[in-house]
Amino acid sequence: MISYVFWGSLALSGIKEGMLVWILFLLCQVGAPALAQDLCQRDAPNGYKVRISLKTALGEDAYEWNQSEMFFFQATMAFAMRRHFQMETYNVDNIILCVQTSRVSFWFVVTSPDNTTMLIPKADVEKAVRMSRHRINNAFLLSDRTLEFLGIYPTLAAPVNPDTPPWLIVFGVVIGAVCVGIIALLISSLLQKRRKEKGMTEDGQDEEDMQVKGVENGINLDGTYNRGFTDDDRFTKL
Amino acid sequence: MQLCCFLSLSLPRAGLKQGPSEHIDNDHETSLPRPKWNNKAEYLLTCIGFAVGVGNVWRFPYLCQIYGGGAFLIPYLIALVFQGLPLLYLELAIGQRLRMGSIGVWNSISPYLGGVGVASMVVSFCVSLFYNTIVAWVLWYLFNSFQEPLPWSQCPLNHNNTGYVEECVESTPVNYFWYRKTLNITPNMETSGSLQWWMVVSLATAWSIVYICFIRGIETIGKAVYVTATFPYLVLTIFLVRALTLPGAYEGLIYLFTWEILKNPQVWLDAATQIFFSLSVAFGGLISFSSYNNQKNNCEKDAVLVGVINSATSIYASIPIFAILGFKAHTNYVSCLNGNILALTNDFDISDMNITVENYEQWFDSLNGTHPSRVSDLNLKTCDLQTFLDQSASGTGLAFIVFTEAVISMPGSQVWAVLFFIMLFSLGLSSMFGNLEGVLTPLHDLKLVPKWMPNELFTAIICLLLFLMALIFCLGSGNYWLEIFNSYVGSVPFLIIAFFEIIAVAYIYGIGRFSDDLEFMTGHRPNIFWKVCWLVISPLMLFVVLVAYVAVQAQTPPTYAAWNPDYVNFPDTEVLPYPDWVFAICVLLSSVPVISIPLVAIYRLICCMSGRHSKDSLHNDPNPYANEDYVVERARP
Repeated sequence: MISYVFWGSLALSGIKEGMLVWILFLLCQVGAPALAQDLCQRDAPNGYKVRISLKTALGEDAYEWNQSEMFFFQATMAFAMRRHFQMETYNVDNIILCVQTSRVSFWFVVTSPDNTTMLIPKADVEKAVRMSRHRINNAFLLSDRTLEFLGIYPTLAAPVNPDTPPWLIVFGVVIGAVCVGIIALLISSLLQKRRKEKGMTEDGQDEEDMQVKGVENGINLDGTYNRGFTDDDRFTKL
Repeated sequence: MQLCCFLSLSLPRAGLKQGPSEHIDNDHETSLPRPKWNNKAEYLLTCIGFAVGVGNVWRFPYLCQIYGGGAFLIPYLIALVFQGLPLLYLELAIGQRLRMGSIGVWNSISPYLGGVGVASMVVSFCVSLFYNTIVAWVLWYLFNSFQEPLPWSQCPLNHNNTGYVEECVESTPVNYFWYRKTLNITPNMETSGSLQWWMVVSLATAWSIVYICFIRGIETIGKAVYVTATFPYLVLTIFLVRALTLPGAYEGLIYLFTWEILKNPQVWLDAATQIFFSLSVAFGGLISFSSYNNQKNNCEKDAVLVGVINSATSIYASIPIFAILGFKAHTNYVSCLNGNILALTNDFDISDMNITVENYEQWFDSLNGTHPSRVSDLNLKTCDLQTFLDQSASGTGLAFIVFTEAVISMPGSQVWAVLFFIMLFSLGLSSMFGNLEGVLTPLHDLKLVPKWMPNELFTAIICLLLFLMALIFCLGSGNYWLEIFNSYVGSVPFLIIAFFEIIAVAYIYGIGRFSDDLEFMTGHRPNIFWKVCWLVISPLMLFVVLVAYVAVQAQTPPTYAAWNPDYVNFPDTEVLPYPDWVFAICVLLSSVPVISIPLVAIYRLICCMSGRHSKDSLHNDPNPYANEDYVVERARP
């Protein structure tokens, strides 16, 4: 791009003007990073701090955070901005990173594609990040907890609300089994009683005959115990 | 030794049937033989199940913890030998000999002491009310354990899904689930709240299960106890194996087995009351269970077996409980440290996972040395493992708050939660058998059941009545009422009843006659140890424990801990005094069950003095001159 500007300006305005433009351009190239540094700084009003915990998330499989990863982050953020705004074409250069620490944490600001000195307000950046949060997390194999945008709180996962609470199902099974058991036992008791009554009426006559026979000389032990002959010294009335 | 004759009081004594056992079995009017146990194992398992209850799991370990395990075991075992076993033997023996429920037995021993039986029945009735509510809570947690994730592991979202419910965030998810989702507790006792339908449903389930086990009396109970009495041991063993492999278990067990000097006299009182309430004497249930026995059964061996197994279960249960408490303390300690580590890492932008739990101390010291003001601004928590281990809980707090929190951190938490709550349910259910038996058998003996009513219907009516009365514990303030019932009904009345029981048998009935009965049943007279215990040691210990307990209770101000989200120091519970009307109810609850003892004695005295007018239907007064042959002839149509 630099060469196009150079040759273009040369061709357009002649050598003298071309030299002036070239000097101005060189100054801009030197000044741009300085300008970008001014835009992105710690506690920048329109910037966000990002905190990444690789070892917590991935443990042994943690990859190293280097310049390529930073570039990937810029690309992801540019994608998020494009996805949100749809009209404007953001590029990697629009995402400016600074204050990188070994934590890993850094600050970033987003500049407008039309005017590199103008920063996109915080609220718009937040909307873009919220919209693509899931994609950003997945790009880095991280989660809401391990890839933090300080100030942008993750939306809480909607609770899974089944139509019937599970405990009602378990309760239904238990109470059904108990009711069936109660009814079964009651019916079987009833049937047993009916059977016993039938049996009683058949041999009721025999039982009474046996009882009348009584005790003779104490030999027939099937008789009733005659309390008239107990040693009742130990019994005292109230 | 004929010491007994000089000591027996000179009250006219009621006669006791001395004839062959077969006719004593028959209930003459209904001609139904008394139910019998199918085999000895069912009887023993039922008694063991009655004695081993939820208190063995959540009260004994707590007492071990606050007094130091080694220090507590000594007074506990002494109380078992000199107080628990004699009382147990006494109850099983009189039930087996006299073959009636508690009311019938005490009426037979001395009509003046018939009130003891009535008191037993009333106390069993009150205990059944609140004990089954605890079983209902266990069922509720059991039903909720079949979810992924467990409902007490995370806070629910608030209405507009912007954050978590505030009450949950300020306390813990476990506390929130217990106090809000389960109890829906009101901030104080004056506000009753409404009936919590899910609690009513759980309570109905609990009572239905109790009813189905009681449908055919001891026939169905005997089958049920094969499961309910043995399953807890299986679960405890599984937990033991699992708990010993968890990190932090070792610290928990060390904490349990510390030996301290017996400095605190309170430990003797707690040991005596624990063994007493743990063995479930004075409920009348043990008398009822042994009344279904064959008379020629060695109840001495049974009593020693039940007592020893009960204590052994307590000790065995405390090992996995403490291992798991140690694991929980360790987990809390590690998460406390991790919170501090994260704060330090974020503030000082140190590389991720450079500070670990192991090198935290060195990092902290170096950072504090270089930037003390920054470090102090972070408000780091002090993490001390001992503080976490010291957090003790007993009762419902242990089961529903502490243990549920520990279970969340265990891998496969659903399985452990289900196992734990099924175990608690089995323990509670087998104890409920004894509680309800202490109510039903005396009612049968009092012949209050109309002849046309089958037993199943009568049991159903009693269960329904108890269920309806227990709905009070399903209100918003239900937990506060349950604590009142537990403290005032489930304590002093039992001590009084047990004291009168032992006095009645040792002095009024007479040790000599009792020894004769024991010789008839077991084949040998009781040795000197039992006699000395029944005559001197146990009544003395009971009396001292009763007086000390009442003295300690009188000194503690009547307050309760209320869960109030609007309290200034929330999540701490707010300590509120009982309102006057509630305190009056507490006094009534303590005194009304035992008031029957003097009332019945006075009533009998008046009757006796006003003439020989003892129309005692329970007495089964044997007319020595009635020849039954003629009775049968007259009855023939």
